[in-house]
Amino acid sequence: MNGDLDVWVEGIGVWAPGLPNWDHLCAHLAGQPTAEDAPKRPAAGLLPPAERRRAPDSVRLAVETAAQAVAMSGRDAAELPSVFASAHGDAVIMDYMCETLATTPLEMSPTRFHNSVHNAAAGYWTIATGCHRSSNAICAGDASFGAGLLEATTLAASDAEAVLLAAFDAPGQGPLVEMLSTRTPFACALVLSPQRTPQSRAALRLRLHASGHPQQPPSNAHLRRLARENACGAALTLLEALAQPTAGSTRVAAGTGLTLHIETDVLA
Amino acid sequence: MPALAVSAHTATSALGRGLDAHEDALRRMRGGLVRNDFSSAPLDCWIGRVAGLEDAALPATLNEWDCRNNRLAWAGLQQDDFPKAVHRAAARYGSDRVAVLLGTSTGSIASTEQGYRHLDVDGRLPAEVRRPMIHCLHSLSAFVKTALDLSGPCLTISTACSSSAKVYAMAARMMQAGLVDAAVVGGVDSLCDSVLFGFNSLALVSQQACRPFDVDRDGISIGEAAGFALLERAERVPEAPRLAGYGESSDAHHMSTPHPDGLGAELAMRDALARAGLRPEQVDYINLHGTSTQKNDEVEAALIARLYPDTTRSSSTKGYSGHTLGAAGALEASIALLAIERGVLPGNLGCSTPDPLCAGRLQLETEVRAVRVALSNSFGFGGNNACLAFTHAGGIA
Repeated sequence: MNGDLDVWVEGIGVWAPGLPNWDHLCAHLAGQPTAEDAPKRPAAGLLPPAERRRAPDSVRLAVETAAQAVAMSGRDAAELPSVFASAHGDAVIMDYMCETLATTPLEMSPTRFHNSVHNAAAGYWTIATGCHRSSNAICAGDASFGAGLLEATTLAASDAEAVLLAAFDAPGQGPLVEMLSTRTPFACALVLSPQRTPQSRAALRLRLHASGHPQQPPSNAHLRRLARENACGAALTLLEALAQPTAGSTRVAAGTGLTLHIETDVLA
Repeated sequence: MPALAVSAHTATSALGRGLDAHEDALRRMRGGLVRNDFSSAPLDCWIGRVAGLEDAALPATLNEWDCRNNRLAWAGLQQDDFPKAVHRAAARYGSDRVAVLLGTSTGSIASTEQGYRHLDVDGRLPAEVRRPMIHCLHSLSAFVKTALDLSGPCLTISTACSSSAKVYAMAARMMQAGLVDAAVVGGVDSLCDSVLFGFNSLALVSQQACRPFDVDRDGISIGEAAGFALLERAERVPEAPRLAGYGESSDAHHMSTPHPDGLGAELAMRDALARAGLRPEQVDYINLHGTSTQKNDEVEAALIARLYPDTTRSSSTKGYSGHTLGAAGALEASIALLAIERGVLPGNLGCSTPDPLCAGRLQLETEVRAVRVALSNSFGFGGNNACLAFTHAGGIA
């Protein structure tokens, strides 16, 4: 339906239970077991201790992977515009809010209220990194990763500069759970540049198709299960392609009836 | 940036449905705020409520999307022949070449709240709201895309109170990248307990109708609204007013209070002027964020006095509509466009004694005069700032 968008991947961050970073994901795809002794919560060590205590798990997921990706890119986090994509933001806080409102509305916690905004992760991230650049928080249901990738790529192209994308979803609790598609926490982040640089690890060529092409699942069984259990799991198909030393192509949903065809070329 | 045509727009709020109702309210300085009769438990405050949503179910074919927020979206879409303009664009470019990019802060959470108040015997959400599509923020854009029969990119932006200003920036980028030829942008937020009791927990809600920039202001009044605009390339609709620029920034300061020097707000305003190729003295009118909290108005008034000459008039219109949160960007973009198209420079309703920091920049009474360039400010939690720059059809030479 249109032309190609070219971006280069300079940094990759990943967190899921047993897969606490990109190296672990690559090792797992090469046949290693997942890291069962890895921490059950993302460290999010970039957040100052007081902020880390206040931050909900969804924010820790996003911040952890964003920090990994930016560190790999060698760029200054304060210089990067950012896009945070998530289908549900923080479903645990949503449950807390609705439960409190149904019983004792005047006892709402102000901290949990301000943490309930969909851009909480963007807020914590920009505060922790002293970043004054634009930050966006988007959602598109189970196509949130693809939609975020589309927004990050157009942002990189239109302003001709590198952009941070983080996509994350975490499980909820309470009566809301059966309305959510996320059972397992997962996040990933990419630093995307509109030009090839010495830091470039892979080239992506994206083309948007309005068609019935289905989302392509990962071929690794563990990633395939994770992809089913997280609203941003569509990212795993792309991550799997980026872990291959060869060129390839993948499909990621970018909306109802919309597919991003992505050609990947991992650079030597 | 290449300017975009705003080939159609519309607004629905406590001031009424459609642009004529808004123009009339602004001209007469007739506010829409009423004593709170909405929240599930009493809360002594004022609200900006859109009348009649309770009695207006969605058409049967769209019934699965039914919730207050989507009813408000539907009501808003029907005004000012907006669907006709969208269908014309879809016919011209193809329905897959028209994006739907909408902002909201809480979407349809009122339905989730309602479900939690009426859990069934098994502790589940009651059957009438057991629909996943109304318990996520994307409900809004997915519904509007379906209602307008479009098939292009469809995203929901949720950056608190800057949400539906940022959709304009997103549309400009998508069009520049060649992904689409037109975009339906806008925002919808509806009244819900989450925001009424949430802002109350932060002690930011006034017990009176809000008084932006008044020395005695003491908090916000929450409102609900739907605003939509259709954006196309400027050369395709030369007679339409233009989006000339946008600016976005982050405060990097605090989750719920603005940067004390308005640093992020200033960066967003400078970014918008730079992209539009405008100098501050060319700006005729600024629709301020002006929430009526002590801090926002103090920081914003000082910023305006620092950056603009006194020939640039400014006002907050939240005294009319209340703070419509994720819909504020879209509603106030429409008010800035009304200033340009109909020469209505809105007076700052609710302010009797302006904060001295306003330094004479505040437009207290509504005036009829030519406006060629108008800005709209929207600042949100998380220190998320946006500014939009609109010009009249000819642009600014």
